This record gives sequence, C-alpha cells and structure tokens, in this order.
Amino acid sequence: MAQARRKERIDRGIKVRSDSIYALSSWEEIAYLLGPRALLIGGFLLLPVVLLPSPYWSRVALSVCVVALLAVSFDFLANFVGLVSLGGAFFYGIGGYMAAVASTELGLPPVVAIPAGTVLGAAVCTLLLVPCLPLRGIYFAIITLMYPLFMTRLIEATEILGGTEGFRGITGFSSRWTEQYGLIVVTLAGVFALRRFLAEDAGLVIRAVKDNDQAVRASGINVTWTKAKAVFVAALFGCFAGAYYVHMYRNVGISSFALDLSIMPIAATVIGGSGTLVGPLIGALLLVPLSELLRDFGSLRIVVYALVLTGFVVLQSEGLMNFATRKYQQFERWVRV
Amino acid sequence: MDILIYGFIQSSALLLMAFGFSLVYGVSRLPNFAHGAIYVLTGFVTWGLVQRLGLPLAVAIPLGLTTAALVGVAVYQLVLRRVRGMEVSEVIATYAIGLAILEGLRSLGLRGTSRSLPVFSDGVVFLFDVPVDHQRVAVVILGFAMVAAVWLFTRYTRIGLALKGIAQDERAAMMLGIDSDLTATVAVALGSALAGLGAVILLPLGSVVVEEGYKILIYAIAVCVVGGLGSWAGTVAASFVLGYSQYITVAYGKPHYQMVVMLLAIITTLMVRPSGFFGKQKQLEERV
Repeated sequence: MAQARRKERIDRGIKVRSDSIYALSSWEEIAYLLGPRALLIGGFLLLPVVLLPSPYWSRVALSVCVVALLAVSFDFLANFVGLVSLGGAFFYGIGGYMAAVASTELGLPPVVAIPAGTVLGAAVCTLLLVPCLPLRGIYFAIITLMYPLFMTRLIEATEILGGTEGFRGITGFSSRWTEQYGLIVVTLAGVFALRRFLAEDAGLVIRAVKDNDQAVRASGINVTWTKAKAVFVAALFGCFAGAYYVHMYRNVGISSFALDLSIMPIAATVIGGSGTLVGPLIGALLLVPLSELLRDFGSLRIVVYALVLTGFVVLQSEGLMNFATRKYQQFERWVRV
Repeated sequence: MDILIYGFIQSSALLLMAFGFSLVYGVSRLPNFAHGAIYVLTGFVTWGLVQRLGLPLAVAIPLGLTTAALVGVAVYQLVLRRVRGMEVSEVIATYAIGLAILEGLRSLGLRGTSRSLPVFSDGVVFLFDVPVDHQRVAVVILGFAMVAAVWLFTRYTRIGLALKGIAQDERAAMMLGIDSDLTATVAVALGSALAGLGAVILLPLGSVVVEEGYKILIYAIAVCVVGGLGSWAGTVAASFVLGYSQYITVAYGKPHYQMVVMLLAIITTLMVRPSGFFGKQKQLEERV
C-alpha cells in the first residue's frame, strides 16, 4: 500500500511576526506587508500612463474598473452578507439612469450628477429590494436575477425613461485624465474603504448575519435593517459604476440592464477569489481584456467566459486571490500520516 | 370562447416548458438553469436531423430527446455532482453552461428566424366554432400525457419510486439504499428530455432561435416559483393561472406586457409567499 501522505501548511515566520505590533520593526517586514498592496495600487494608477498611446485600451481599462466595482459589490453581498445577488445590472442600470436624468433633465455637471446618481440610485435600489431581503439562498438569487429583466421589459413596454431610445446628450468629462483617474481612484478607494468598513463593528454584525442570522436576531439586532444597510453599500458601488459609465459614453439605454453586466462581475469574482474583495479586481483585470480580445469572434467570447466560469466553479472554486494569499503567507510540505 | 380555448393551449404550452425544471428541482433540489439552453439545443438538433439529413420526424424526435438526456447526464456528472449542496455554485454553474450552449449555437450560425421544425400534421379542427390547428391540439394532449406519464412513472416503477423517495426525504431514502447521485442523474436526464419534448412540440409553432432559450428559462422559473418550487401539483396549477393571464394580456393589452406579467408574477410571489401556491412552508429555510 502506498504511504499515505498529506500536505501540511505552516505560516511563514515573517507572516507570524508581521501579524503583530512588531510589524514595523524592519524594512523587510514593512515591505512584506505593503508589497502586494503597493503593487495593486501602483499598477492601477499606472494604467492610464502605460495605455496612453492606445485610446481603445484605455477605455478597456475603464471597463475593467466598472466590472471590478460591480464584482466587488457582488462579492460583498454574497460572501459577507450572505445575499447572493444575480442582478448586478440592476444597480448599474438604476445608477446610470439616475445620473442620466440628473444630467439631461436638470443640467447638472458630472461632478454633481455622478454622486447624485450614485446616492439616489443606491437609495432607490435599496427601497426596491427591501421587500425581498428576508428571502434566503436561491429565492433571493432568482428574484434579483429577475429585477433587471423586469426593468428592461417595463421600460420597453411602457416607454418611460426614454423608452428603448434612452437618454442622449449627457455632459462628458472635461479631459481624458479626469475621466480615467476619477474612476480608478474611486475604485481603489472604494475597495480599501470597504475592507476597513468590514473590519469595524458594523462589519462584524454584517458578517454575523451571513454566518448565523438566527443568532443575530436573538441578540436583538434587526436582521433586515442590517441587510438593508449592507445592500445600500453594495448598491453604492454598482450605481457609481453605472453613473460613471453613462458619463463616459454620454448616453444610456436599456442595455444598461443587460444580463452581461450581471454575469461578467460574477465570473470576475469567482475567478479572482470569493470573499477577498481584492480578488474581484484581479478577476476583472484578467477577464475584461480577455473578452475584448475575443470580441472579433462575436458570441464565442461569451462561450469562452461561461466555460472559464464553469471550470473555476468546479475545479478551482477558491479563486486566484485565495490561492495566491496562501502561497504568499504559508509554505507547504508533505508529511506522512 | 376564444380566450378559454387559447388560454388553455397557452397553459399547456407553459406546462410543457416548465415541467422538466420542476421535476429536477422537486427530486434533487437542483435548479437547472441550463433548462432553456437544452430546450433550444434539442430543437436545433432535431431541426438538423430533419432538414439536413432528411430523417423522418418520428426518428428525429427520439434522437433529439436522447441528445437532451445525454446532455443532462453530462451536466450532472461533470459539473453538478462536484458542487452539489452549494446552491450558489449550482445556479452559477448551470447558468454558465446554459449560456455557453446558447451562445455556442449562436456562433455556430443559429441566427435569424429561418429555421423551423415541421408540424406533426397541418389541419384545423373547430372546437366550439373556434379554429384550432392540429399542432396546438397536440400541445394540449401531449402536455397532459406527459404529466400523466411522469405521475405513473413515479408511482409504478422502481426508479420512479426511488426518485419520489429522494424527493420526500433524502436521508431516509439513502438509508434504504437509494443512490442519491444516481437518482439525481436520472432526474436531470429526465428533466432535460422533458425540456426537449417541449421543444419538439412547441417549436413548430415558432422558429428555432437562441432568444427562445432565455425566454423559456424565465417562463419555467415563473411557473415553478408561482406554483411552489418543487411542487408538481403547483406547477400544473400555476401553468394555468399564468397561461390564462398571459393570454388575456396579449388579447387586451400589448404583447410587450407578456413578459412583464411573468416577471411581476415571480417577484410578487417571492415577496409575498416564497413557497408559492402549493409549496410546503419552510419558513426558516427561505426567509428570516
């Protein structure tokens, strides 16, 4: 019989040391802690400069940020609050339409219209989702999948909000640099702010709702209200993505509620690593350019990313980020059982 | 009279679309979001066999249904078995497979509305002075035959009883030696074949297009959610409620509202009573 072995994982010494307050005792440890973060932030900030010669790929970089924002919102709701929302497009669309209305009907400049669209959009999304918040698991997943579809059909059928035409003539950005850095900085700031938020007390309650909502209720905390606040935060991300994108392309239509926008972020999250908040960024960074490269093949690109998604769900469900973190912080060796 | 008869036909059509989905969820608690894709795939395969290879419909249909069942088996064995029990992964994985099948068919050249399956026989009968073509009569008859067949199957055959056992109480059934994986495979295969059956009966009334796949999925979910996920009696009842309301919307409103009605039905049912008309109340499982 073959010798039974198992893989043992042990934290690296530097990880153990830098977990504690002595982290700042040497440059090495500071670098160990800051290295990955600096790489991510620096990489994103450099994107517009590196991609300067190609306006097309600069736009793709912004699409990466948009998908990343939606993916972070999905990741937050699914893995920290326990609400699996298949309707990222709903946040995106509502945010987009709100910003479009603010821009065309009220004539607000982007600086006002985008935040207004974001906050109002998030409020509207939360209000519309409150009745379904008690739902769990697959029931919530189905209902959120239906929301954006419902909006599309409703707008088509009743011709409200500009009907199938949507809104045109939205004020654009003053320069290419504001356009690019605005989105990139907000994306990064959002992700790190959300991480900080989850480390606070409020985040503790939110995570408890996911782990055991009965216990949270037994502690006298209103579960639905907590979920509503979490949905508002997630909707802020989605609505901002929508509001910003609308200003970039200067029009909005029912395609803002397209299913693509719900699926792509989920794929990015699964590939990047669920429950990490940074993983979705990395997932988006891989997936969006891949899908752009395949654009010439028409609908084949959807086939490719659907298959990649299935493959990851089945074979590598922890995602890249969790995998990388493990490799970075632990070493592995085979031991006899 | 018009409304009564055509509403009835519409209801039977919904029943054909949704029963496979309901069966799979009822037996194994697996949401098969690839349902619509398998529906279109069967239609496409059957179309290919009939129009390209010139096979008679009586040969092509069993082959098409077999393909559907095999796809179902493959989906279960390769994907679902590994993520069983993780609802989210189940939904995402089956949805992604469905997306891959549908968009794959599109990139293989399934575009436009030129492809259509032949009808079984093209005649018209008059029911209470309302003209109804034979295909629509077949929809009603086969819809009910299907429900009856599944009912008999789960009552009088060994495999059928095993399915029912798993559906009622998985653990107890497993203790009695019923293989959960095997029954789930059978259920997914059967559900896919039923989706295919719906396709070969209903697609002659329209044409084989990719968009149909997304529509069927939503209709199937609507019927199952309104009836109660996993409840077969509920599925039948909900097909009638939704079938009539759909037909009335089309008759008195705009056809655009057809889909709005379905989506609204899903959303309100889930908000008010997530277990639907006939679902068993599982208060803690579905809401807090």
